[in-house]
Amino acid sequence: MAGEGSARQFAEAGADLALVNVTKRFPGFTAIDDLSLTIPAGSFFALLGPSGCGKTTTLRLVAGLEEPTEGRIMIGGKDLTDTKAYQRPVNTVFQSYALFPHMSVLDNVMFGLRRRKIADAGQKAKEALDLVELGHVANRKPAQLSGGQQQRVALARALVNRPALLLLDEPLGALDLKLRRQMQLEIKDIQSEVGLTFLHVTHDQEEAMTMADTVAVMNQGKIEQMGPPEELYESPKTAFVATFLGQSNLFGGEVVSSTKDVISVAVAGKELRVPVDRAVAHRGKVTVGVRPEKVSLHQAEPATDSSRGVIGPGRVLDASFTGVSTQYLVDVPGFGEVTVFAQNTSHGEHAVEGDEVFLSWSVEHAFGLADMPPAEDRFLNDTSTGAMAVQEREKIEQELEGA
Amino acid sequence: MAFGAFGGAAPAADQQQVAQRKSPIALWLLLPGLLYLILFFVTPLFSLVITSFQEPVPGGFLGEYQNAFNPSNYVEVVGTYLPHILRSFVYASMATVFALLLGYPVAYVIGVKLRPYPLVQALALVILIAPFFISFLLRTIAWKQIFADEGVVVGLLKSIQIIPADAYLTGTPFSVVFGLTYMFLPFMALPIYTTLEKLDLRYVEAGSDLYASPFTVFRTVTFPLSLPGVVSGTLLTFIPATGDYINASRDFLGSTDTAMMGNVIEANFLVLQNFPAAAALSLILMMSILVLVSAYVKRSGTDDLL
Amino acid sequence: MRGLGKYLLWVYSGMALVFLLIPVVYTIVFSFNDARRTNIIWRGFTFDNWLNVCDAQDVCPSFMNSIVVAGVSTVLATAMGTAIAIALVRYRFKFRQATTLLLFLPMATPEVVLGAGLAAQFLQLGVNKGLGTIIIAHTMFCISFVVVTVRARVAVLDPALEEAGRDLYGSPNQVFWRVTFPLLVPGITAAALLSFALSFDDFIITNFNAGAAVTFPRFVYTAAARGIPAEANVIAAGVFFVAIALVLITQISGAIKRKRLAATS
Repeated sequence: MAGEGSARQFAEAGADLALVNVTKRFPGFTAIDDLSLTIPAGSFFALLGPSGCGKTTTLRLVAGLEEPTEGRIMIGGKDLTDTKAYQRPVNTVFQSYALFPHMSVLDNVMFGLRRRKIADAGQKAKEALDLVELGHVANRKPAQLSGGQQQRVALARALVNRPALLLLDEPLGALDLKLRRQMQLEIKDIQSEVGLTFLHVTHDQEEAMTMADTVAVMNQGKIEQMGPPEELYESPKTAFVATFLGQSNLFGGEVVSSTKDVISVAVAGKELRVPVDRAVAHRGKVTVGVRPEKVSLHQAEPATDSSRGVIGPGRVLDASFTGVSTQYLVDVPGFGEVTVFAQNTSHGEHAVEGDEVFLSWSVEHAFGLADMPPAEDRFLNDTSTGAMAVQEREKIEQELEGA
Repeated sequence: MAFGAFGGAAPAADQQQVAQRKSPIALWLLLPGLLYLILFFVTPLFSLVITSFQEPVPGGFLGEYQNAFNPSNYVEVVGTYLPHILRSFVYASMATVFALLLGYPVAYVIGVKLRPYPLVQALALVILIAPFFISFLLRTIAWKQIFADEGVVVGLLKSIQIIPADAYLTGTPFSVVFGLTYMFLPFMALPIYTTLEKLDLRYVEAGSDLYASPFTVFRTVTFPLSLPGVVSGTLLTFIPATGDYINASRDFLGSTDTAMMGNVIEANFLVLQNFPAAAALSLILMMSILVLVSAYVKRSGTDDLL
Repeated sequence: MRGLGKYLLWVYSGMALVFLLIPVVYTIVFSFNDARRTNIIWRGFTFDNWLNVCDAQDVCPSFMNSIVVAGVSTVLATAMGTAIAIALVRYRFKFRQATTLLLFLPMATPEVVLGAGLAAQFLQLGVNKGLGTIIIAHTMFCISFVVVTVRARVAVLDPALEEAGRDLYGSPNQVFWRVTFPLLVPGITAAALLSFALSFDDFIITNFNAGAAVTFPRFVYTAAARGIPAEANVIAAGVFFVAIALVLITQISGAIKRKRLAATS
C-alpha cells in the first residue's frame, strides 16, 4: 500500500457523527423510527441489516440526499440537518459507483475539488489515484475499467476531498468473492492509515464483521444492537440479531429458578442454564440460544456435567459435508430442529442420517433473549416484504385514482 | 388511466432511487412549454368552438362572420357531409388493418428474427425509416404516376385481363386506401418493432418448453407482450389517417368521389371561406377520435401512451 | 409445406420492405429525368436538373423557407421540450396528469384540426399569416415529440450520477450543466433532428397557416395539379441522401466507439 507520504496528506482527522432521534417517513411507511446513534471520530462503523431495514436511508440522510422528517444530524458537533448535500463535509461511495461516464477517471476524481475551488486539484487527484494504485488509468473513461477498478476510482473520488465522514453504500456488492475480500482489506487499511471516520452500510454480515470496529444491526428502521463484532456475535441481545448474524438455535421456555450466576429455564421438560450476564431477562419467558458451532454431537448420552447443557435423544435428519465442517440437522422432541456445525477434525464424532444422538454445549456459550423470532420463518431474512406490500398497495391506489 | 405512468410513486427505503423532488425549479422548467401549448394549442381549440357557432354577417362579404350561437352549423355540416365523415373512418380503418397485417411481420422479422445479425438489422431499420426522408407528397405522386392509366402497372394488369379495358386505378377507393396504407406503414411498424426488440426470447422458450406449438406461443405469449406497440402503432396510424386529405385529393390518388373529411375541411376553410362549417367539422372529427381512442385504449389495457 | 412456411415470413417481410422503397426509388430516379413541363414520362437521363436546381421557379426559395422555418421551430421546440422532459422525470409537482394530457393531445389530434384551429385563432386575432405563423404552428406540434424523445433519455439517466454530483459539492446549477446536460446531449440531438424532420416535411398544418408564404411541401402540393418540376425531385433526393448519410455516420461512429472501448478494457 502507499507509504507515509499519503498518510501525511490526510492530516485532518475524521469527525464524529451523531444522529439524534431521527425519523424518516415516506408516504405509506416509516423507514427510520426514532434512531439515535453516535459514531466516534476515526472509527470504522458498519450498519448491517437486510434489504428494507432502513440502512441506505440512514446513509442518504447523513449525506444530505434526503431530509429527515424529525430529528437532528450532527457532524463534528455542528448541526447540519438543514444543510444541503453539497454543503456538507461528507462524501459517499455509491453502490453503483456512479462514476460520470462522460468524464475521464482523472476528471471524475477532480470533480469535488473543482467545485470547492481547491488549488492544485489535478495534483491532488493524481495522488489520490496513486493511493488506490490506479494512477496509470487516469485518462481512461470509466467504461474502460473493470468493476474492481471502478470501485477504487469511486473511493479515490470521495477520499480526495478529505471528508470528515466517508459513507460507503454497499460498494462491494457487485464484485466477485475474491475481489471483494481483497477490497475489504484494502479499504480497512486505507481507513486506519488516513484516520477518517467511515460509515459502511451493508447486508453482508461477514463484510461488516471483517471491516468494522463497531457494528450496528438494523431492522425495520431501528437499531437492534450495537457493539464490536465479536460482542454482537457471541452475545446477541435480540432474536433478530441472533438469527441475522450467523445462525442460532433458539428454545423458548420459562425461568424456573435463578442464582446470582445462572438462570435455569425450563424447556420441554429439561432445565437449560444461562449465565446471568448473558441473559437479557431473568424472569418469565426467556429464549435460550446457542450457536450451532458451539454444539457437540454425541452418540451416547454424555455424563452429567453442571457446566454443560445437554438435550436429547434426537434423530439426525440431515448431515451435509461442507468441507470445513459437517452441518447436522437434528430433530430433538420438544426442542424442534437443532442445527449443529461440527468441525471436521479427526477427533470429532461423525453421525449419519437416522442416527440417534445427544447434543451438548458449554453453559458459558448459551445466551438468553427476551423474544422469539417470528413464527413462519422459512424465508427468515426476507424482511423487505412488508415494505414491498405497502408499495404495491400505493401503486394500485394511484392507478385507481388516475383511472 | 393513460397517464398513470407519470404518477410518480414514492421511493422504497433501501432503493437507489431519487425521490422526485419538490422544487420551484420545476415550475420554471415547465412554464415556457406549457404556456406555449396553452396559447397555441388549447386556445385555438376554443377558437374552433367559437367559430363553429358563428353565423354570417348579414349583408357581409364572403368570409365575414360574427360571433353567435348557431348550433345549426353542426346539423348542416353532418347532413351535407355524412358520406365524407363515414368514408374517412372506413378508409382509415382499412388502412390501419392493412398496415397492421403488413407491418407486424416486418417488425417481427427485424425485431426478433434479425437479432443475430445486427448489421442486417440496422440496414433493415434504415429501409423502414428511409421513406420518411423523402417528402410524402412526392411519394404519393410517385404512386399516382405508377398507377396512372398510361403506366406500367395498369398496362400489365389490362394485358393479362385482370381488370377490364376501360378500368382505372387512380381516383378510386382502392388507390386512396393503398396510399394511406403505404404512408402510415412505418408508423405502424416502428412502435411494434420497439416492443418486439425488447422481447425477452426466454418467454418464447418457456412457452415451447410448456408444450405450446409455435403458433400458440405467438398467440399467447409474443403477441400479448407486443400489445403496447400494437396499440401505439394503431393509434399513430388511425388518427392521422382519418384526417388525411392528401391521398384522397384529386391531384393525388383520389377523386371527387373519394373525398374525406380532411378535403372537406380544407375546402371549406381555405376556398369556400365557410369557417364555421370547417370548424364544426374539425371538432366533430376530433371528438369522434377522442371517443374511439379512449374506448380502444381502455379495452386493450395498455396505459402508457407517451 | 413446412419448408415453405419457414421462408414465407422472410419473403413477405422482404416484399413489404421493397414496397416501402418503390416510391423512394421512383422519386430519386425521376430526378434525373430529362423532363419538359411535367415529369411524368421518362424521357432520358440527365444531370441537368441536379446542376441547375434553382432554375425551376420557386423551388429554391421554397426550400430555403422550409429550412429557415424548420431551424427556428426546432430550436424553440427543443429548448422548451427538453425543459419539460426534465421536469417530468426529476421533479414532483401538482397537476402532473393535466400536464401529461396537455402534452399528449397534440400528438393525438389530426393535423387538419390543429391547422384549422390555429388558422381560426389567427383569423380572430387579425394576425397576418406568413412565415411567422408557420413557425409558431410548427413549434407547437414539435414540443410534444421533443418531450417524448428526451423524456425517454432522462428516465434512463442513472439518478445516482446526479446524487454523486451533489455529494461532491456541486450546486444544483453545476450538477445540471456538468453532469446532467452532457449526458442528455444524445437524446436532445435526436429530438432536435426529429423536430427538424417533422417541420421540414409538414404540409397540412402549414397549408392552413401559411398565407402567401411557400414552403417546399406547399410548393409541391400546388405544383401537383399542373406538374411537379424535376428539380423538386432533386431537392427531395438531396435531402434524402443527406439524411441517410447522417444516419450511416452515426451508426458507424457508434460502432467504432464501441469497438474501441471493448479493445482497451
